[in-house]
Amino acid sequence: MSTQTRQMELEVMRYDPEKDDAPWFQTYSVPCMEDWVILDAINYVKDNLDTTLAYRWSCHMMVCGSCGMMVNGEPSLTCKTFIRELPDKVRIEPLENFPIERDLVVVLDDVMQKLHQVQPYIIRKDDPPAEDKEYIQSRGALAKFKQLTMCINCMCCYAACPQYALNKDFIGPAALALAHRYNRDNRDQGKSDRLDILADHDGVWDCSFVGACSEVCPKHVDPAAAIQQMKVDGAVEFWKQKMGIPGDKS
Amino acid sequence: MSRNPYVRPISTTTWYMRHGRYKVYVLRELTSFLVMFYSFLTIYGLSALTGSAERWDAFLASQQSTAMVVFHGVALLYFLFFQTFPWFKLAPKAMPVQIGEKKLPDSYIIIGHYVAWLAVSVFILWLAGAF
Amino acid sequence: MAIAKKAVVWGLFAAGGTLTSFVFPALIALFLLIATGNVPEGLQFDQIRTFAVSWLGKACLFIVLFLSVWHAAHRLRVVAHDFGIRKDALVANAVYTIAAIGSVLAAFYLLMIG
Ligand code: SF4
Ligand code: SF4
Ligand code: FES
Repeated sequence: MSTQTRQMELEVMRYDPEKDDAPWFQTYSVPCMEDWVILDAINYVKDNLDTTLAYRWSCHMMVCGSCGMMVNGEPSLTCKTFIRELPDKVRIEPLENFPIERDLVVVLDDVMQKLHQVQPYIIRKDDPPAEDKEYIQSRGALAKFKQLTMCINCMCCYAACPQYALNKDFIGPAALALAHRYNRDNRDQGKSDRLDILADHDGVWDCSFVGACSEVCPKHVDPAAAIQQMKVDGAVEFWKQKMGIPGDKS
Repeated sequence: MSRNPYVRPISTTTWYMRHGRYKVYVLRELTSFLVMFYSFLTIYGLSALTGSAERWDAFLASQQSTAMVVFHGVALLYFLFFQTFPWFKLAPKAMPVQIGEKKLPDSYIIIGHYVAWLAVSVFILWLAGAF
Repeated sequence: MAIAKKAVVWGLFAAGGTLTSFVFPALIALFLLIATGNVPEGLQFDQIRTFAVSWLGKACLFIVLFLSVWHAAHRLRVVAHDFGIRKDALVANAVYTIAAIGSVLAAFYLLMIG
Protein backbone atom coordinates (compact mmCIF):
# COMPACT_ATOMS: atom_id res chain seq x y z
CA MET A 1 0.00 0.00 0.00
CA SER A 2 1.25 3.44 -0.79
CA THR A 3 2.10 5.68 2.12
CA GLN A 4 2.00 8.88 0.11
CA THR A 5 -0.56 11.39 1.26
CA ARG A 6 -2.21 14.31 -0.44
CA GLN A 7 -3.58 17.25 1.49
CA MET A 8 -7.17 17.84 0.47
CA GLU A 9 -9.62 20.57 1.35
CA LEU A 10 -13.03 19.20 2.22
CA GLU A 11 -15.78 21.80 2.18
CA VAL A 12 -18.52 20.08 4.09
CA MET A 13 -22.06 21.32 4.43
CA ARG A 14 -23.11 21.58 8.06
CA TYR A 15 -26.55 22.01 9.49
CA ASP A 16 -27.58 21.75 13.10
CA PRO A 17 -31.38 21.65 13.30
CA GLU A 18 -31.31 23.03 16.83
CA LYS A 19 -29.03 25.99 16.17
CA ASP A 20 -28.82 26.85 12.49
CA ASP A 21 -31.33 28.70 10.36
CA ALA A 22 -29.64 27.52 7.19
CA PRO A 23 -26.78 25.20 6.22
CA TRP A 24 -23.24 26.53 6.01
CA PHE A 25 -19.86 25.20 4.91
CA GLN A 26 -17.00 24.11 7.12
CA THR A 27 -13.61 23.41 5.61
CA TYR A 28 -11.39 20.60 6.82
CA SER A 29 -7.87 19.93 5.64
CA VAL A 30 -7.38 16.19 5.39
CA PRO A 31 -4.19 14.25 4.67
CA CYS A 32 -5.53 11.67 2.24
CA MET A 33 -3.94 8.47 1.02
CA GLU A 34 -4.06 8.22 -2.73
CA ASP A 35 -6.11 5.03 -2.65
CA TRP A 36 -8.79 6.52 -0.43
CA VAL A 37 -12.38 7.07 -1.32
CA ILE A 38 -14.26 10.18 -0.19
CA LEU A 39 -15.85 8.21 2.62
CA ASP A 40 -12.37 7.52 4.06
CA ALA A 41 -11.66 11.23 4.09
CA ILE A 42 -14.94 11.93 5.88
CA ASN A 43 -14.21 9.18 8.38
CA TYR A 44 -10.83 10.81 8.98
CA VAL A 45 -12.59 14.07 9.81
CA LYS A 46 -14.93 12.30 12.21
CA ASP A 47 -12.13 10.35 13.91
CA ASN A 48 -9.49 13.06 14.10
CA LEU A 49 -10.87 16.52 13.49
CA ASP A 50 -14.52 16.89 14.40
CA THR A 51 -16.62 14.33 16.22
CA THR A 52 -19.82 16.34 15.74
CA LEU A 53 -20.07 15.65 11.98
CA ALA A 54 -23.16 13.57 11.20
CA TYR A 55 -23.38 11.31 8.13
CA ARG A 56 -24.49 7.83 7.19
CA TRP A 57 -22.44 4.85 6.12
CA SER A 58 -22.14 1.21 6.92
CA CYS A 59 -20.59 -1.27 4.53
CA HIS A 60 -17.85 0.69 2.77
CA MET A 61 -18.32 -1.65 -0.18
CA MET A 62 -21.23 -0.40 -2.30
CA VAL A 63 -23.79 -2.68 -0.76
CA CYS A 64 -25.72 -0.89 1.96
CA GLY A 65 -26.56 2.20 -0.09
CA SER A 66 -26.36 4.61 2.84
CA CYS A 67 -23.34 6.76 1.94
CA GLY A 68 -24.81 8.75 -0.96
CA MET A 69 -23.81 12.44 -0.98
CA MET A 70 -23.20 15.25 -3.41
CA VAL A 71 -19.50 15.32 -4.30
CA ASN A 72 -18.69 18.48 -6.24
CA GLY A 73 -22.32 18.71 -7.26
CA GLU A 74 -22.59 15.11 -8.45
CA PRO A 75 -24.73 12.57 -6.58
CA SER A 76 -22.18 9.94 -5.59
CA LEU A 77 -21.74 6.85 -3.49
CA THR A 78 -18.87 8.13 -1.36
CA CYS A 79 -17.44 4.64 -0.78
CA LYS A 80 -17.06 4.32 -4.55
CA THR A 81 -15.73 7.80 -5.30
CA PHE A 82 -11.94 7.73 -5.37
CA ILE A 83 -10.03 10.84 -4.38
CA ARG A 84 -7.47 10.26 -7.12
CA GLU A 85 -10.18 11.22 -9.58
CA LEU A 86 -10.87 14.49 -7.79
CA PRO A 87 -9.18 17.87 -7.49
CA ASP A 88 -7.55 19.00 -4.23
CA LYS A 89 -10.65 20.89 -3.21
CA VAL A 90 -13.86 18.93 -2.84
CA ARG A 91 -17.29 20.13 -1.84
CA ILE A 92 -19.47 17.67 0.01
CA GLU A 93 -23.18 18.21 0.48
CA PRO A 94 -26.11 16.05 1.53
CA LEU A 95 -28.03 14.47 -1.37
CA GLU A 96 -29.98 17.10 -3.23
CA ASN A 97 -33.77 17.13 -3.43
CA PHE A 98 -34.12 15.81 0.12
CA PRO A 99 -34.65 17.78 3.30
CA ILE A 100 -31.54 17.92 5.49
CA GLU A 101 -31.94 16.23 8.87
CA ARG A 102 -28.48 17.19 10.12
CA ASP A 103 -25.18 17.84 8.34
CA LEU A 104 -24.92 15.18 5.61
CA VAL A 105 -27.91 13.18 6.76
CA VAL A 106 -31.10 13.58 4.73
CA VAL A 107 -34.74 12.73 5.42
CA LEU A 108 -35.74 9.74 3.31
CA ASP A 109 -39.31 9.22 4.53
CA ASP A 110 -40.77 10.26 1.19
CA VAL A 111 -38.88 7.76 -0.95
CA MET A 112 -39.33 5.00 1.61
CA GLN A 113 -43.05 5.47 1.30
CA LYS A 114 -42.77 5.49 -2.50
CA LEU A 115 -40.76 2.28 -2.58
CA HIS A 116 -43.50 0.72 -0.50
CA GLN A 117 -46.26 2.18 -2.64
CA VAL A 118 -45.29 0.32 -5.82
CA GLN A 119 -45.85 -3.06 -4.13
CA PRO A 120 -42.33 -4.39 -4.64
CA TYR A 121 -43.02 -8.05 -4.03
CA ILE A 122 -44.38 -10.97 -6.00
CA ILE A 123 -48.15 -10.86 -6.24
CA ARG A 124 -49.97 -14.05 -7.21
CA LYS A 125 -53.55 -14.24 -8.38
CA ASP A 126 -53.80 -18.02 -8.34
CA ASP A 127 -53.47 -20.34 -5.38
CA PRO A 128 -50.12 -20.43 -3.67
CA PRO A 129 -48.11 -23.43 -4.77
CA ALA A 130 -47.93 -26.55 -2.71
CA GLU A 131 -44.99 -26.70 -0.37
CA ASP A 132 -43.04 -29.00 -2.61
CA LYS A 133 -43.47 -26.89 -5.72
CA GLU A 134 -41.64 -23.81 -6.76
CA TYR A 135 -42.13 -21.16 -9.40
CA ILE A 136 -39.92 -21.91 -12.33
CA GLN A 137 -37.83 -19.13 -13.77
CA SER A 138 -35.65 -19.66 -16.79
CA ARG A 139 -32.40 -17.83 -17.23
CA GLY A 140 -33.89 -15.91 -20.12
CA ALA A 141 -36.79 -14.79 -17.94
CA LEU A 142 -34.37 -13.68 -15.24
CA ALA A 143 -32.32 -11.74 -17.75
CA LYS A 144 -35.38 -9.57 -18.45
CA PHE A 145 -35.01 -7.81 -15.10
CA LYS A 146 -31.77 -8.90 -13.47
CA GLN A 147 -30.13 -5.52 -13.92
CA LEU A 148 -33.02 -3.92 -12.04
CA THR A 149 -32.42 -6.08 -8.96
CA MET A 150 -29.02 -4.44 -8.43
CA CYS A 151 -30.52 -1.33 -6.85
CA ILE A 152 -29.23 -0.62 -3.34
CA ASN A 153 -31.62 2.26 -2.62
CA CYS A 154 -28.83 4.81 -2.34
CA MET A 155 -31.20 7.44 -3.78
CA CYS A 156 -28.49 9.09 -5.86
CA CYS A 157 -30.97 8.93 -8.74
CA TYR A 158 -33.51 11.05 -6.85
CA ALA A 159 -30.81 13.60 -6.13
CA ALA A 160 -30.11 13.79 -9.87
CA CYS A 161 -33.69 13.77 -11.13
CA PRO A 162 -34.92 17.25 -12.06
CA GLN A 163 -38.52 16.13 -12.28
CA TYR A 164 -38.42 14.90 -8.68
CA ALA A 165 -36.77 18.17 -7.74
CA LEU A 166 -39.66 20.09 -9.30
CA ASN A 167 -42.46 17.83 -8.16
CA LYS A 168 -42.19 15.80 -4.98
CA ASP A 169 -45.30 13.78 -5.90
CA PHE A 170 -43.43 12.15 -8.79
CA ILE A 171 -42.77 8.54 -7.82
CA GLY A 172 -39.27 8.83 -9.19
CA PRO A 173 -36.55 6.63 -10.68
CA ALA A 174 -35.64 3.93 -8.13
CA ALA A 175 -39.23 3.16 -7.11
CA LEU A 176 -40.40 3.01 -10.72
CA ALA A 177 -37.46 0.80 -11.65
CA LEU A 178 -38.36 -1.44 -8.73
CA ALA A 179 -41.96 -1.67 -9.93
CA HIS A 180 -40.72 -2.56 -13.39
CA ARG A 181 -38.51 -5.23 -11.87
CA TYR A 182 -41.59 -7.00 -10.48
CA ASN A 183 -43.72 -6.33 -13.55
CA ARG A 184 -41.11 -8.12 -15.62
CA ASP A 185 -40.75 -11.06 -13.26
CA ASN A 186 -42.48 -14.06 -14.81
CA ARG A 187 -43.56 -15.29 -11.36
CA ASP A 188 -45.45 -12.09 -10.67
CA GLN A 189 -49.09 -11.46 -11.54
CA GLY A 190 -49.49 -8.03 -10.01
CA LYS A 191 -48.92 -5.82 -13.05
CA SER A 192 -52.52 -4.64 -13.11
CA ASP A 193 -52.41 -3.88 -9.38
CA ARG A 194 -49.45 -1.59 -9.91
CA LEU A 195 -50.88 0.04 -13.02
CA ASP A 196 -53.03 2.56 -11.15
CA ILE A 197 -50.09 4.12 -9.37
CA LEU A 198 -47.62 3.82 -12.22
CA ALA A 199 -49.70 5.01 -15.14
CA ASP A 200 -51.35 7.76 -13.13
CA HIS A 201 -50.41 11.38 -13.10
CA ASP A 202 -47.32 11.20 -10.91
CA GLY A 203 -46.15 7.88 -12.27
CA VAL A 204 -44.14 7.20 -15.41
CA TRP A 205 -45.53 10.08 -17.46
CA ASP A 206 -43.90 12.68 -15.22
CA CYS A 207 -40.48 11.49 -16.31
CA SER A 208 -39.19 13.49 -19.26
CA PHE A 209 -36.28 11.13 -19.96
CA VAL A 210 -33.53 13.46 -18.84
CA GLY A 211 -31.55 10.31 -18.16
CA ALA A 212 -29.72 11.90 -15.25
CA CYS A 213 -30.76 9.09 -12.91
CA SER A 214 -29.06 6.47 -15.05
CA GLU A 215 -25.92 8.55 -15.43
CA VAL A 216 -25.36 8.78 -11.69
CA CYS A 217 -26.54 5.32 -10.64
CA PRO A 218 -23.56 3.55 -9.07
CA LYS A 219 -25.04 0.12 -9.75
CA HIS A 220 -25.95 0.65 -13.42
CA VAL A 221 -29.59 -0.06 -12.75
CA ASP A 222 -30.62 2.31 -15.56
CA PRO A 223 -33.92 3.49 -14.09
CA ALA A 224 -34.47 5.84 -17.05
CA ALA A 225 -34.61 2.86 -19.41
CA ALA A 226 -37.01 1.03 -17.11
CA ILE A 227 -39.34 4.02 -17.05
CA GLN A 228 -39.35 4.39 -20.85
CA GLN A 229 -40.15 0.69 -21.18
CA MET A 230 -43.06 1.17 -18.81
CA LYS A 231 -44.33 4.03 -20.97
CA VAL A 232 -44.12 1.84 -24.05
CA ASP A 233 -45.92 -0.93 -22.14
CA GLY A 234 -48.59 1.53 -21.04
CA ALA A 235 -49.19 2.88 -24.54
CA VAL A 236 -49.27 -0.59 -26.11
CA GLU A 237 -51.57 -1.88 -23.39
CA PHE A 238 -53.96 1.01 -24.02
CA TRP A 239 -54.29 0.29 -27.76
CA LYS A 240 -54.59 -3.41 -27.11
CA GLN A 241 -57.53 -2.75 -24.82
CA LYS A 242 -59.03 -0.34 -27.33
CA MET A 243 -58.87 -2.94 -30.06
CA GLY A 244 -60.25 -5.63 -27.81
CA ILE A 245 -57.10 -7.69 -27.75
CA PRO A 246 -56.85 -9.31 -24.34
CA GLY A 247 -53.90 -7.78 -22.56
CA ASP A 248 -51.41 -9.28 -20.19
CA LYS A 249 -53.45 -11.34 -17.78
CA SER A 250 -50.93 -10.64 -15.06
CA MET B 1 -33.37 16.64 20.33
CA SER B 2 -35.87 18.22 18.08
CA ARG B 3 -36.33 17.71 14.39
CA ASN B 4 -36.20 20.68 12.12
CA PRO B 5 -35.37 19.48 8.60
CA TYR B 6 -34.03 22.11 6.23
CA VAL B 7 -35.42 22.17 2.69
CA ARG B 8 -33.04 23.65 0.18
CA PRO B 9 -34.75 26.05 -2.21
CA ILE B 10 -34.85 25.28 -5.92
CA SER B 11 -35.68 27.64 -8.77
CA THR B 12 -38.49 26.37 -10.96
CA THR B 13 -37.38 28.59 -13.84
CA THR B 14 -33.59 28.29 -13.90
CA TRP B 15 -32.87 24.90 -12.30
CA TYR B 16 -31.25 23.54 -15.47
CA MET B 17 -28.37 25.99 -15.18
CA ARG B 18 -26.97 23.95 -12.29
CA HIS B 19 -25.51 21.14 -14.33
CA GLY B 20 -24.26 20.49 -17.86
CA ARG B 21 -26.47 17.47 -18.36
CA TYR B 22 -29.56 19.49 -17.57
CA LYS B 23 -28.56 22.12 -20.11
CA VAL B 24 -28.11 19.46 -22.78
CA TYR B 25 -31.53 18.11 -21.88
CA VAL B 26 -33.19 21.51 -22.24
CA LEU B 27 -31.45 22.06 -25.58
CA ARG B 28 -32.86 18.70 -26.68
CA GLU B 29 -36.38 19.64 -25.64
CA LEU B 30 -36.12 22.92 -27.54
CA THR B 31 -35.95 21.00 -30.82
CA SER B 32 -39.74 20.90 -30.51
CA PHE B 33 -39.80 24.51 -31.75
CA LEU B 34 -37.96 23.45 -34.88
CA VAL B 35 -40.33 20.54 -35.45
CA MET B 36 -43.30 22.89 -35.16
CA PHE B 37 -41.66 25.44 -37.44
CA TYR B 38 -40.83 23.00 -40.23
CA SER B 39 -44.17 21.22 -39.94
CA PHE B 40 -46.07 24.46 -40.43
CA LEU B 41 -43.67 25.63 -43.13
CA THR B 42 -44.40 22.42 -45.01
CA ILE B 43 -48.13 22.84 -44.47
CA TYR B 44 -47.81 26.38 -45.81
CA GLY B 45 -46.01 24.92 -48.82
CA LEU B 46 -48.89 22.50 -49.34
CA SER B 47 -51.33 25.39 -49.34
CA ALA B 48 -49.34 26.92 -52.20
CA LEU B 49 -49.43 23.61 -54.00
CA THR B 50 -53.23 23.65 -54.07
CA GLY B 51 -53.01 26.53 -56.53
CA SER B 52 -51.34 27.21 -59.85
CA ALA B 53 -47.73 26.70 -60.91
CA GLU B 54 -47.19 30.44 -60.46
CA ARG B 55 -48.29 30.25 -56.86
CA TRP B 56 -45.93 27.34 -56.15
CA ASP B 57 -43.04 29.15 -57.83
CA ALA B 58 -43.82 32.24 -55.78
CA PHE B 59 -43.65 30.10 -52.66
CA LEU B 60 -40.27 28.71 -53.70
CA ALA B 61 -39.01 32.18 -54.50
CA SER B 62 -40.19 33.50 -51.14
CA GLN B 63 -38.02 30.90 -49.44
CA GLN B 64 -34.85 32.06 -51.17
CA SER B 65 -32.55 34.25 -49.13
CA THR B 66 -29.14 34.23 -47.56
CA ALA B 67 -30.74 34.55 -44.14
CA MET B 68 -32.75 31.40 -44.75
CA VAL B 69 -29.66 29.55 -45.96
CA VAL B 70 -27.96 30.33 -42.68
CA PHE B 71 -31.07 29.50 -40.67
CA HIS B 72 -31.61 26.13 -42.34
CA GLY B 73 -27.93 25.29 -42.03
CA VAL B 74 -27.87 25.98 -38.31
CA ALA B 75 -31.22 24.27 -37.83
CA LEU B 76 -29.98 21.16 -39.63
CA LEU B 77 -26.93 20.84 -37.39
CA TYR B 78 -28.93 21.64 -34.27
CA PHE B 79 -31.55 19.07 -35.17
CA LEU B 80 -29.00 16.36 -35.88
CA PHE B 81 -27.11 16.85 -32.65
CA PHE B 82 -30.03 17.45 -30.33
CA GLN B 83 -32.79 15.32 -31.80
CA THR B 84 -31.74 12.67 -34.31
CA PHE B 85 -28.53 11.44 -32.68
CA PRO B 86 -29.81 11.52 -29.07
CA TRP B 87 -33.02 9.79 -30.15
CA PHE B 88 -31.06 6.94 -31.73
CA LYS B 89 -28.86 6.70 -28.67
CA LEU B 90 -31.85 6.29 -26.38
CA ALA B 91 -33.85 3.98 -28.65
CA PRO B 92 -32.40 0.71 -27.31
CA LYS B 93 -33.28 1.82 -23.79
CA ALA B 94 -36.96 2.22 -24.53
CA MET B 95 -37.14 -0.86 -26.74
CA PRO B 96 -34.55 -3.40 -25.69
CA VAL B 97 -34.37 -6.57 -27.74
CA GLN B 98 -33.73 -9.85 -26.00
CA ILE B 99 -33.00 -12.96 -27.99
CA GLY B 100 -33.15 -16.05 -25.81
CA GLU B 101 -31.08 -15.40 -22.73
CA LYS B 102 -29.05 -12.57 -24.17
CA LYS B 103 -29.88 -8.94 -24.60
CA LEU B 104 -28.96 -7.67 -28.03
CA PRO B 105 -26.10 -5.18 -27.46
CA ASP B 106 -27.32 -1.57 -27.55
CA SER B 107 -24.72 -0.74 -30.17
CA TYR B 108 -26.39 -3.11 -32.68
CA ILE B 109 -29.72 -1.33 -32.31
CA ILE B 110 -28.08 2.09 -32.52
CA ILE B 111 -26.09 1.17 -35.63
CA GLY B 112 -29.27 -0.25 -37.16
CA HIS B 113 -30.94 3.12 -36.62
CA TYR B 114 -28.10 4.99 -38.31
CA VAL B 115 -28.12 2.67 -41.31
CA ALA B 116 -31.89 3.00 -41.67
CA TRP B 117 -31.63 6.77 -41.28
CA LEU B 118 -29.04 7.06 -44.05
CA ALA B 119 -31.19 4.90 -46.31
CA VAL B 120 -34.30 6.97 -45.61
CA SER B 121 -32.45 10.25 -46.14
CA VAL B 122 -30.89 9.14 -49.41
CA PHE B 123 -34.29 7.88 -50.56
CA ILE B 124 -36.06 11.15 -49.77
CA LEU B 125 -33.38 13.25 -51.40
CA TRP B 126 -33.38 10.97 -54.43
CA LEU B 127 -37.15 11.16 -54.63
CA ALA B 128 -36.93 14.95 -54.55
CA GLY B 129 -34.37 14.78 -57.30
CA ALA B 130 -31.57 16.35 -55.31
CA PHE B 131 -29.15 14.12 -57.20
CA MET C 1 -59.54 9.11 -17.87
CA ALA C 2 -56.14 10.54 -17.15
CA ILE C 3 -54.30 7.29 -17.74
CA ALA C 4 -55.72 6.76 -21.21
CA LYS C 5 -55.09 10.33 -22.34
CA LYS C 6 -51.46 10.28 -21.25
CA ALA C 7 -50.91 6.93 -22.92
CA VAL C 8 -52.30 8.28 -26.20
CA VAL C 9 -50.36 11.53 -26.28
CA TRP C 10 -47.19 9.80 -25.20
CA GLY C 11 -47.65 7.20 -27.92
CA LEU C 12 -47.96 9.98 -30.50
CA PHE C 13 -44.96 11.74 -29.00
CA ALA C 14 -42.79 8.64 -29.23
CA ALA C 15 -43.90 7.69 -32.74
CA GLY C 16 -43.45 11.30 -33.89
CA GLY C 17 -40.04 11.54 -32.27
CA THR C 18 -38.85 8.50 -34.16
CA LEU C 19 -40.29 9.75 -37.42
CA THR C 20 -38.89 13.28 -37.13
CA SER C 21 -35.47 11.90 -36.23
CA PHE C 22 -35.45 9.91 -39.45
CA VAL C 23 -37.15 12.32 -41.82
CA PHE C 24 -36.50 15.89 -40.67
CA PRO C 25 -32.78 16.09 -41.50
CA ALA C 26 -33.64 15.37 -45.15
CA LEU C 27 -36.60 17.76 -44.99
CA ILE C 28 -34.47 20.58 -43.62
CA ALA C 29 -31.81 19.80 -46.23
CA LEU C 30 -34.45 20.25 -48.93
CA PHE C 31 -35.47 23.65 -47.53
CA LEU C 32 -31.78 24.51 -47.46
CA LEU C 33 -31.48 23.65 -51.15
CA ILE C 34 -34.56 25.73 -51.93
CA ALA C 35 -33.13 28.66 -49.98
CA THR C 36 -29.92 28.56 -52.01
CA GLY C 37 -31.99 28.74 -55.19
CA ASN C 38 -31.04 25.25 -56.35
CA VAL C 39 -34.56 23.88 -56.31
CA PRO C 40 -34.21 20.16 -56.97
CA GLU C 41 -35.94 18.59 -59.94
CA GLY C 42 -38.53 16.72 -57.87
CA LEU C 43 -39.74 19.91 -56.21
CA GLN C 44 -40.69 21.61 -59.47
CA PHE C 45 -44.44 22.18 -59.70
CA ASP C 46 -45.38 19.32 -62.02
CA GLN C 47 -43.34 16.72 -60.24
CA ILE C 48 -44.21 17.56 -56.63
CA ARG C 49 -47.83 17.88 -57.66
CA THR C 50 -47.85 14.44 -59.19
CA PHE C 51 -46.48 13.14 -55.91
CA ALA C 52 -49.02 15.00 -53.78
CA VAL C 53 -51.91 13.97 -56.01
CA SER C 54 -51.20 10.28 -55.57
CA TRP C 55 -52.78 8.65 -52.55
CA LEU C 56 -49.47 7.21 -51.48
CA GLY C 57 -47.90 10.66 -51.56
CA LYS C 58 -50.80 12.15 -49.64
CA ALA C 59 -50.63 9.40 -47.02
CA CYS C 60 -46.87 9.82 -46.53
CA LEU C 61 -47.09 13.58 -46.20
CA PHE C 62 -50.02 13.39 -43.84
CA ILE C 63 -48.49 10.81 -41.52
CA VAL C 64 -45.24 12.76 -41.29
CA LEU C 65 -46.97 16.08 -40.59
CA PHE C 66 -49.53 14.61 -38.22
CA LEU C 67 -47.03 12.79 -36.02
CA SER C 68 -44.57 15.69 -36.14
CA VAL C 69 -46.97 18.30 -34.82
CA TRP C 70 -48.19 15.99 -32.05
CA HIS C 71 -44.65 15.11 -31.12
CA ALA C 72 -43.69 18.76 -30.95
CA ALA C 73 -46.85 19.71 -29.08
CA HIS C 74 -46.21 17.22 -26.34
CA ARG C 75 -42.60 18.28 -26.00
CA LEU C 76 -43.56 21.94 -25.88
CA ARG C 77 -45.84 21.09 -22.98
CA VAL C 78 -42.84 19.62 -21.15
CA VAL C 79 -40.73 22.65 -22.09
CA ALA C 80 -43.32 24.95 -20.53
CA HIS C 81 -43.19 22.91 -17.35
CA ASP C 82 -39.38 22.92 -17.36
CA PHE C 83 -39.33 26.69 -17.65
CA GLY C 84 -41.55 27.00 -14.63
CA ILE C 85 -44.97 27.51 -16.20
CA ARG C 86 -47.25 25.60 -13.86
CA LYS C 87 -50.59 26.01 -15.60
CA ASP C 88 -50.34 22.57 -17.16
CA ALA C 89 -53.99 22.18 -18.12
CA LEU C 90 -53.93 25.49 -19.96
CA VAL C 91 -50.63 24.74 -21.67
CA ALA C 92 -51.84 21.28 -22.66
CA ASN C 93 -54.97 22.73 -24.22
CA ALA C 94 -52.96 25.33 -26.11
CA VAL C 95 -50.31 23.03 -27.56
CA TYR C 96 -52.70 20.22 -28.43
CA THR C 97 -55.00 22.72 -30.12
CA ILE C 98 -52.08 23.87 -32.26
CA ALA C 99 -51.36 20.24 -33.13
CA ALA C 100 -54.99 19.64 -34.01
CA ILE C 101 -55.06 22.73 -36.24
CA GLY C 102 -51.90 21.57 -37.98
CA SER C 103 -53.36 18.12 -38.55
CA VAL C 104 -56.60 19.49 -39.97
CA LEU C 105 -54.82 22.00 -42.23
CA ALA C 106 -52.47 19.32 -43.54
CA ALA C 107 -55.40 17.02 -44.32
CA PHE C 108 -57.40 19.86 -45.88
CA TYR C 109 -54.67 21.07 -48.23
CA LEU C 110 -53.72 17.54 -49.21
CA LEU C 111 -57.31 16.83 -50.17
CA MET C 112 -57.46 20.12 -52.08
CA ILE C 113 -54.56 19.05 -54.26
CA GLY C 114 -56.72 17.04 -56.60
S1 SF4 D 1 -31.47 3.03 -9.03
FE1 SF4 D 1 -29.27 3.29 -8.75
S2 SF4 D 1 -29.07 5.40 -7.99
FE2 SF4 D 1 -31.19 4.84 -7.75
S3 SF4 D 1 -31.35 4.06 -5.66
FE3 SF4 D 1 -31.00 2.30 -6.98
S4 SF4 D 1 -28.79 2.01 -6.98
FE4 SF4 D 1 -29.17 4.06 -6.19
S1 SF4 E 1 -35.02 9.93 -16.77
FE1 SF4 E 1 -36.90 10.42 -15.67
S2 SF4 E 1 -36.61 9.59 -13.63
FE2 SF4 E 1 -34.58 9.67 -14.59
S3 SF4 E 1 -33.72 11.63 -13.97
FE3 SF4 E 1 -34.79 11.94 -15.88
S4 SF4 E 1 -36.85 12.62 -15.36
FE4 SF4 E 1 -35.92 11.70 -13.55
S1 FES F 1 -21.06 2.68 2.75
FE1 FES F 1 -22.45 1.13 2.08
S2 FES F 1 -22.78 1.74 0.03
FE2 FES F 1 -21.26 3.14 0.64
